[in-house]
Amino acid sequence: MADLGWWGVPIGVLGGAVRVSTPFLFVSLGECITEKSGRINLGLEGILVMGAMSGYAVSYLSGDPWLGVLAAGAAGLALGVLHGLVCNLPRVNDIAVGIGLMLFGTGLAFFLGKAFVQPKAPILPAIALGGWSGSPQVRAALQVNPLLVIGVVLALGLAWAFRNTRWGLVVRMIGDSSDAARAMGYGVLRVRMLSTAVGGFLAGVGGSFLSLYYPGSWSEGLSSGQGLMAVALVIFARWNPLHCFYAALLFGGASAVGPALQSVGITWGYYLFNAAPYLVTLGIMIATCSPRHTLAGAPGELSINR
Amino acid sequence: MSESFGQMHRRELLKGLGAAGTLGALAALRSGRAAAADKLVVGVIYVGPRDDYGYNQAQAQAAAAIKKMSGVSVVEQEKVPETTDVQKTMGSMIEQDGATLLFPTSFGYFDPHILKMAEKYPKVRFAHCGGLWTEGKHPKNVGSYFGYIDECQYLNGVVAGHTSKTKKIGFIAAKPIPQVLRNINAFTLGARSVDPKITTQLIVTGDWALPVKEAEAANSMIDQGVDVITCHVDSPKVVVETAERRSISVCGYHANQAALAPKGYLTGAEWNWVTPYTMHVQDAMTGRPLVNFLRGGLKEGFVKTSAYGPAVAEGARKNADAVKAQMVKGDYVIFRGPLKDNTGKVVIAAGTMHKQTDTMLEQMNYLAEGVIGKV
Amino acid sequence: MRAAAPALRQAAEGLVIPAGALLAALVVFGVFMAAIGQSPLEVYALIYRGAFASAFSWQNTLARAAPLVLTALCVALPAQAGLMIIGGEGALVLGGLAAAVIGHQLAGAPPAEMKVAMVLSGMVVGATWIVLAGALRQYRGVNETISSLLLGYIAIAVFNHLVEGPLRDPASLNKPSTAPIGDASMLGTLPGLDVHWGLGFGLIFCVAMYVLVHHTTVGFALRVVGGNARAARLSGLRVGALVLGACALGGAAAGLAGSVEVAAVHGSANASLIAGYGYSGIVVAFIARQNPIAILPVAVLVGGISASGGMLQRRLDLPDATVLVLQGVAFMLILASESLYGRFRVFQPARA
Repeated sequence: MADLGWWGVPIGVLGGAVRVSTPFLFVSLGECITEKSGRINLGLEGILVMGAMSGYAVSYLSGDPWLGVLAAGAAGLALGVLHGLVCNLPRVNDIAVGIGLMLFGTGLAFFLGKAFVQPKAPILPAIALGGWSGSPQVRAALQVNPLLVIGVVLALGLAWAFRNTRWGLVVRMIGDSSDAARAMGYGVLRVRMLSTAVGGFLAGVGGSFLSLYYPGSWSEGLSSGQGLMAVALVIFARWNPLHCFYAALLFGGASAVGPALQSVGITWGYYLFNAAPYLVTLGIMIATCSPRHTLAGAPGELSINR
Repeated sequence: MSESFGQMHRRELLKGLGAAGTLGALAALRSGRAAAADKLVVGVIYVGPRDDYGYNQAQAQAAAAIKKMSGVSVVEQEKVPETTDVQKTMGSMIEQDGATLLFPTSFGYFDPHILKMAEKYPKVRFAHCGGLWTEGKHPKNVGSYFGYIDECQYLNGVVAGHTSKTKKIGFIAAKPIPQVLRNINAFTLGARSVDPKITTQLIVTGDWALPVKEAEAANSMIDQGVDVITCHVDSPKVVVETAERRSISVCGYHANQAALAPKGYLTGAEWNWVTPYTMHVQDAMTGRPLVNFLRGGLKEGFVKTSAYGPAVAEGARKNADAVKAQMVKGDYVIFRGPLKDNTGKVVIAAGTMHKQTDTMLEQMNYLAEGVIGKV
Repeated sequence: MRAAAPALRQAAEGLVIPAGALLAALVVFGVFMAAIGQSPLEVYALIYRGAFASAFSWQNTLARAAPLVLTALCVALPAQAGLMIIGGEGALVLGGLAAAVIGHQLAGAPPAEMKVAMVLSGMVVGATWIVLAGALRQYRGVNETISSLLLGYIAIAVFNHLVEGPLRDPASLNKPSTAPIGDASMLGTLPGLDVHWGLGFGLIFCVAMYVLVHHTTVGFALRVVGGNARAARLSGLRVGALVLGACALGGAAAGLAGSVEVAAVHGSANASLIAGYGYSGIVVAFIARQNPIAILPVAVLVGGISASGGMLQRRLDLPDATVLVLQGVAFMLILASESLYGRFRVFQPARA
């Protein structure tokens, strides 16, 4: 293989963006739906880990990775329903429930996943988009996994659906003004619970990507805050599904900066470079938030904006 | 009504205490019974999961082997962090399970945790995996055992040197501490003994178990042209699987990962902890004093190599076997002068030989010539 | 019961409902255990044995509870001002690092001064870190839950970088640490117990905070801000100062936990400091419903449950995550039980 030298860094970052962005994409799309309906689900970290574990477990037990993806979604759906139900109770703070779900989901995943740390489960196939390139590195960087393709289609679909379908309108109305929605006869609590459930389903699928594609193995150190970063991502993307896709690519690339730099010889401060995604997230949040006016596009009912 | 409120309160309290006391007494009875059986109770403590295809699994395999010995019962606890938690775990194994020989397996358990517990329980033996016991400084009921696994990493390197077509090999390390540096250098020296032009790309992930970082490191190395990799992280599972997926070769570490990479697994550096474990158990059962400083390599059976995979050529096999035979006899010195580090400085003068038992090696702080990276 | 004062009723409500939720959590957990083939009664008995049945278990429980008391305050104090901060882990590690550095820099100073300096430096650094999250929320509108968690991850990265790089003790080869502070400067154990002074500090801090929050004007103002920041501002309260003050106190508590870990356990700062105490503190704070006095018994309870994890592993071969599941269920049920306040007539003031 030809020595890429410094070109290795951007190619590595691009590869990382393609590889690592998928869980961010799915989780943020799911959270987008949830937040558009006026609820914030911080428990996505727990749902992500639970999805990763159940996806791996079912793929191992059934031999079919796609069944694993479905199971991961189902697990996410169940946890999303739990979040929705508890939040529907009066006087319960959705941020607190999210934190609780984060701890509960992670604990449950570690508990049930103990038996699946060792075995090797079948993983998802990849689609080679880089066949045109003679360089194996570019080809490897452009090895796209099918979930990313599904995610992009989903992002486009959601963007269209929020604008043009009745359900999109209902969700947005409930997120902007629950009084108006109630006046029109829509069950606010029911819609919010459904949005959280769907959000959980997508987050679970995003988690299955980690265990069924990249890194492609279940272990307890799989996620390190990706779920929470995805929530920040949604705010950064101004609740627009398409922007979620771009932001996910950005975050994925930031995660790959550390190792890419090391492989061209920059070894100083690898801890700091490895913290790049967190720094990027924080920086973006600082730059885009403002205490005075609510952010353009923010659902009015969202508790973090009030 | 209000007067008896206070009385009721007190009565409830006393009843509650009584119940607690009875339960407590019953509990004490039960644990007493456990210790009464005349077996040697051995406690093993892991810092991570037992089935991690890596460091902890290698220890667990030894624990499983001594469980089969007659007159021995083993209690194990995993995921114990290197804080007062491990002190309490050791204490509870001693007090509640009656353990008299403990194997706290993580490096970071030694200071201050094992030392404190050893002072508190002078009759209990503590066998630490690591290598820090110093005569005169540390209590006599603590011992440290370790293996010269760098011998096997050297052999990994020899096989890698024969197998690599791009002459670039890679090493993914968790932290740049002496034990890891020794492995990196041994791997490199082994490969360069085959072809002095081979270079080792080093990437440090920063912590012992970071699966996403390990996968990223493997991928970026492979992007840079590396075609044989090995690693020193707690669980090599992700590195091995990533290598297999990108169709390059990989050398294992800690335990045997051949099942995860049927095509690309060349060979591996494995621990054979059952040797020191058995020695300590037998010493405990016969009442011999604890051996404080236990070391061994291929010769003493403390480490072993995995069987060769399908991708290993005949020439590589012969070369590695020849070197291994010398190591088993105790004749082979890996770290001998003249040796320069990767900044050009001479770290081992010409004519100097550091045999495996040389404690200078346990303070290694350089990267040998040919390693691309900084310590 | 109806004749008792309304304050007593409220107190009773505040005890019975959470106790009920915890009991319900035990039942749910028991059902879960039964579903995977374990006897719930045996599990309960082991949890009891591991946590409270003997002097040894009590030492174990109290030792584990000590850091949790302080890290729970890091959640509970900003919560009084309406902020949900979960980045205590970051404040803890940086506080520990500060204590280790100061301890080494002041080598040779009399031990008493040394200990005070270490403890204070830890508190100051911890406070600064959490004030950062609070300031971002106050002046920039950044959601403090997300920012404090991100700052936590960043703090750990900075900690690792410094400990393994510029601040590394060259003699600490295989376990990179900062230079040791020396045995003379280490904090000792509480008299008669095998538990270090962290528990004592936690006790004092909690009582002091309880008095501050519930029995002073400043505390009252803080709670008004927490209830409705806009109304507080309109009434002329200095919202910014109160919010940042609460953050500073919470961060100081977490930083104190870090410096105690260094000064009483490890003797230097290294990766073993990153042990998840910050996250367990979140569980304690929520189960205690952010009440500083309630944090003490809840920390003992959570510490006890964690302590029993070892027994569950060794006797029943259950994974260590078992206690995490129990804590998670308890957390969720306590949150769900928030909706029950005001529903039970027995706790309502007598109708005229």
